Amino acid sequence: MSLTPEQVKQVAHLARLELQPDQVTPYAQQLSNILGMVDQLTAVDTSGVMPMAHPLELTQRLRPDQVTEQNRREAFQAVAPAVEDGLYLVPKVIE
Amino acid sequence: MTDLHRLSIRALAEGLRARTFSSRELTRHFLDRIAAHDPALNSFITVTAEQALAQADLADARLTAGNAAALTGIPLAQKDIFCAEGVRTSCASRMLDSFVAPYDATIVRKLHAQDGEGAVMLGKCNMDEFAMGSSNETSWYGPVKNPWDVTRVPGGSSGGSVAAVAAGLAPAATATDTGGSIRQPAALTNLTGIKPTYGRVSRYGMIAFASSLDQAGVVARSAEDSAYVLQAMSGFDPLDSTSIERPVDDYVGGLGRSIKGLRIGLPKEYFAEGLAPSSRELVMAAVRKLEELGAVISEVSLPNSPLSVPTYYVVAPAEASSNLARLDGVRYGHRAEGVKNLEDLYKRSRGEGFGAEVQRRIMIGTYVLSHGYYDAYYLQAQKVRTLIYEDFKRAFKDVDVILGPTATDVAFKLGSKTDDPVSMYLNDIYTIAANLAGIPAMSLPCGFVDGLPVGLQLMGNYFEESRLLNVAHQYQQATVWHTQMPVAFA
Repeated sequence: MSLTPEQVKQVAHLARLELQPDQVTPYAQQLSNILGMVDQLTAVDTSGVMPMAHPLELTQRLRPDQVTEQNRREAFQAVAPAVEDGLYLVPKVIE
Repeated sequence: MTDLHRLSIRALAEGLRARTFSSRELTRHFLDRIAAHDPALNSFITVTAEQALAQADLADARLTAGNAAALTGIPLAQKDIFCAEGVRTSCASRMLDSFVAPYDATIVRKLHAQDGEGAVMLGKCNMDEFAMGSSNETSWYGPVKNPWDVTRVPGGSSGGSVAAVAAGLAPAATATDTGGSIRQPAALTNLTGIKPTYGRVSRYGMIAFASSLDQAGVVARSAEDSAYVLQAMSGFDPLDSTSIERPVDDYVGGLGRSIKGLRIGLPKEYFAEGLAPSSRELVMAAVRKLEELGAVISEVSLPNSPLSVPTYYVVAPAEASSNLARLDGVRYGHRAEGVKNLEDLYKRSRGEGFGAEVQRRIMIGTYVLSHGYYDAYYLQAQKVRTLIYEDFKRAFKDVDVILGPTATDVAFKLGSKTDDPVSMYLNDIYTIAANLAGIPAMSLPCGFVDGLPVGLQLMGNYFEESRLLNVAHQYQQATVWHTQMPVAFA
C-alpha cells in the first residue's frame, strides 16, 4: 500500500494536522514505506483467531457510585492557553 | 565522599541510616554531577534542584526520627512522561513545553511523597517526543548522547533516563516501555532495566502513548537496585482502570534464590539473521554462564515473532492517534497564534506542536482506523497479536524464562537512521513482542564490543518479575559487566 501526496493531505486533515507544503512529499514516501512493512500482516492466516482485547482477559472493575473527585477547576484551568469566567476560550464557531 | 555515585541503592540506604552522609549531601553530590556532566549528555529536560534539596531535608528528618522507608532520601530521576505536580511535564514535546502538571502520577506520589517512600526527585529526564522513538533523537529539547560514546545514541525512548544513570548522574530512574523503550536503551548503555507485566505498575499520570502496551518500569545499574525501585512503584491503583488487584511479590527478598534447575528457552527466531555476530557471541557466553549456575538450556520457537514489528506499527499508532487527539490547543498545551477559526486552531496548534515522528504516527494511526481500512489493518493486527501471545503461552509450558538478545547491535551513530523510519523501527524487533503479549521482560549487561555495551533480554510469564530479577541478580553475582562505568563519567 502506498500513499499519494493527495492521500497524505486527506489523512492530515482527518487528524487535524496542518502540514507545510514541503512536508507532504517526504511524508508520502515515509508513510508508504511504513505501510509497505505493515503489509506483511495481510498474508497471515487469521481465520478463526479472536482479536486480542486484553492479555490477561480481565473485565472492567466496578466501584461504588460515590463522588471521589474534588473540584479542581482552577488548578486545571491555570494550564489552559485562554480562559474567562471559568470557561475555555476558542475562536467563534457560530457567526 | 567522591564515590557516592558508584554506590548501590542498598549501600546508599545503609549510609543514610548510619549517618555516614545525609540525604542533603547525597542530593548535592548528584546535583553537582548533573551540573558538571549533563551539558555533554542532555539527559535532563528539567532539574528540580531547590525542590530536591527541600525533599532531602525532609528525608533527613525522617531518617533521624527513625520512620524512613526503603528509599527515603535516595535521589532518583523521573522520565518526563510522568506528571509531577508543580513541575513542567513536557513529554519532550513542544506541545507540552509550558505544561506544569496540576497533579502527581501515582508512581511519583508513591516514590516521592512524604507518606510514600520519600525519595528525592532530582529532575525530569529527556526522552523521545511522546516516547515515540528508539534513539532519543525526536525530543523537542534535542538528542541525548550515549555516555559510552557521545557521538552515538543512547537508545530510546527512555534515552535521558539511561544516560543519566549510566553516567552516574542519578542512582536509578523511572522509564516507560511501549515497544522496548526501557530495555533497548538499557542494553545500549550497560544498564539493567525492567518492564513489568502490563497492569503491575499504575499508568495514572503517565502521559499515554499506546494504552494497551504502555508500562512503567525502572532503569538502574543492577538487578538489585531495580528490585528496590520496582518494589516501591508496583501495586494496585484504583485510579488506573487496567491496574491489577494482586499482591506484589518480595522482589528484593527473592534475589538470593539459587537458579539451579531453572529452565531457560532460547527462541531460535531471536538468533536468526539480523543479529550482529559479535552480540550473538556475548549473549551465548552469558547463556553458558547461566548453565554453569545450574540453569537448563533448551531451544524454543516463537514462530510469529517476525510479525511483531508490523503488528506494533498498526496497534501503537492507532492508539496514539486516539490518545493524542486531546492535544488540541484548548485546555492545555501549545496554541497557535492568529488563527482564523476553530479548525485552524486545532490544525495549526497540532502542526506546530508535534514533531515529525509524532505526526507520522498520528497519520498512520488515523489511516489504519479510517473507514474501509479498519478490518484490513487494525482488526488483522489485533488477531496477529493473539497469535504472538499464544506463542508465548506455548513456550512457557516448557520453560521458565525466555532468553535472547535485547537489540540487534551496539549503539548506532547519532543521525544515522533519522531519515529512514522503517530501519529505526527494526531496532525494536526483539522487544516488541513482550509488550504485545503483556508479559514482563528485562535487559541486563552481558559484555562489550569495542567498548560499547551489549545487553541480553529475559522474558517471563505473567507476574514473574521476581523470577526475572532473581535470574539477573544471580548472573550479576557471577559477572562484572554491570559494574563497568564509562570512563569519561566515572
